[in-house]
Amino acid sequence: MDVIFGNLDLWSEGITYTLLVFFFGGIIALVLGIIVGAMRVSPVPIARAVGTVYVNLVRNTPLTLVFFFFVFGYSALALPTLSNTILGIMAIGVYTATYVAETLRAGINTVPVGQAEAARAIGLPFGQVMSQIVLPQAFRSVVPPMMSVFIALLKNTTVAAGFSIAVLPQLQSTISNSHDRPGSPMAVLLWVAVIFIALVLLLTWLQRTLENRWRIAR
Amino acid sequence: MTSVLYDVPGPKAQRRNLILAVVTVVVVVALIAFVVWRLSLTNQFSAAKWNVFTYTLVWESIGQMLLNTLRAFALAAVLSLALGFLLAIGRLSDHAWVRVPATVLTEAFRAVPVLVMMMILYYGMPTLGVKVDPYWAVVIALMVYNGSVLAEALRAGVESLPKGQKEAGFAIGLRKSGVMMLILLPQAVRAMLPVIVAQLVVAMKDTALGFIITYQELLYYAKLLSSQPGRPILQSALVIGGIYIVMCLILSGIARWLEIRTRRSPKLKGATPLAIDDPRVHDGTVTEVIAMQRGGEKPGAGGTSL
Repeated sequence: MDVIFGNLDLWSEGITYTLLVFFFGGIIALVLGIIVGAMRVSPVPIARAVGTVYVNLVRNTPLTLVFFFFVFGYSALALPTLSNTILGIMAIGVYTATYVAETLRAGINTVPVGQAEAARAIGLPFGQVMSQIVLPQAFRSVVPPMMSVFIALLKNTTVAAGFSIAVLPQLQSTISNSHDRPGSPMAVLLWVAVIFIALVLLLTWLQRTLENRWRIAR
Repeated sequence: MTSVLYDVPGPKAQRRNLILAVVTVVVVVALIAFVVWRLSLTNQFSAAKWNVFTYTLVWESIGQMLLNTLRAFALAAVLSLALGFLLAIGRLSDHAWVRVPATVLTEAFRAVPVLVMMMILYYGMPTLGVKVDPYWAVVIALMVYNGSVLAEALRAGVESLPKGQKEAGFAIGLRKSGVMMLILLPQAVRAMLPVIVAQLVVAMKDTALGFIITYQELLYYAKLLSSQPGRPILQSALVIGGIYIVMCLILSGIARWLEIRTRRSPKLKGATPLAIDDPRVHDGTVTEVIAMQRGGEKPGAGGTSL
């Protein structure tokens, strides 16, 4: 237990940074993902092509490499210096956005064309077809896979530890590099694993609750 | 292309689409031009920066590192498939003493991030007096994580099969093991093949995490190269990143090809676990569509993982 109570300051810092990367990375991923997802289902062929290239390219790039580009490559642009944390958040956001986009696209594709046709047949204008018929159905089928994307995002925040961002796994090196901190690397890492299992279980429970609440009744 | 979102465009919509197309092109070109301009400003295209890649020795090392990456990936892929089958069969067992541990293990392995698992093996195990080679840390971590995800995929595949398959198997006198081995698993593997290959792409991408625990693979070498004269960090990231992306694109291509083939195969009519892009969803009558969606409600069900 000394591992926890002897390093409370470090643990709170680690959890803060992990949640920071998670939330801001998630916001970037959502915003960018909605834009790219919209491009991928748009009637404009060029926008579709750009969206497809972006999704296929980034999805087939290891996250570590995306981090590599952002954290080490950014300095080559000679723009105002940003901290590693901000660059890391951008990297994880850009990476996760592709998964958000694909989830949205799949969700929209599950809505049968007949639904929109029926809506038009009873005389609804485009705005109402979208807001009353198509998007509510798409939203319901998108929620569970979207939660899976965010669970994966949470687990991916650990990669930031490799780029000296103070997320949870970084504790291990901080503690073993200082002489007066209690705790062996194994104990620290096992607690990190326990925290992640707890957080993932929490998100899974949330996913299941939302899924049951918003299930499509047919 | 029929879409639920819009009709065939009329003259007004065509004009609007043209404007949107022009805006997209302008934005993308501006973004690329900006990056290229900043890069040329800092002399990233100068010969000195790319000089390292003119040496045969460097390319020999890159080949060696590529081999290291592939070595870890190949073993991890085989082992995670084995573990996946083991855990899936365990979770489907009738005996609680097999099912419960398999379920707990699968869920726990899935929840721990791969990098944390690698660090536990590489930095943590020496505390217990066991020294783990970075290679084995990478392989075991990838095996444990991808194995549990594959187990979930296989289980979902088995459970998506029509109940009659199992009953028919028992009716012709097969035992439990026979029903599983001869009837259920072959069909589940067939239906889940695209998901399995897609998960192997994830395993391939995650070998890059080995860089953080000092496994000598491609990305590790990219970092090493950046200490060469001229500090070509962006250049080595581009060259080595290119290798990674090409490898993953090839595997993803195989996954997509398998998915298209699976969808067209008449042998799998009974067990389409997910029909996201299925043309039948759009073309059939509404009752057909509803019947189909009852079968597989969730898009992207199974092991969604990045």
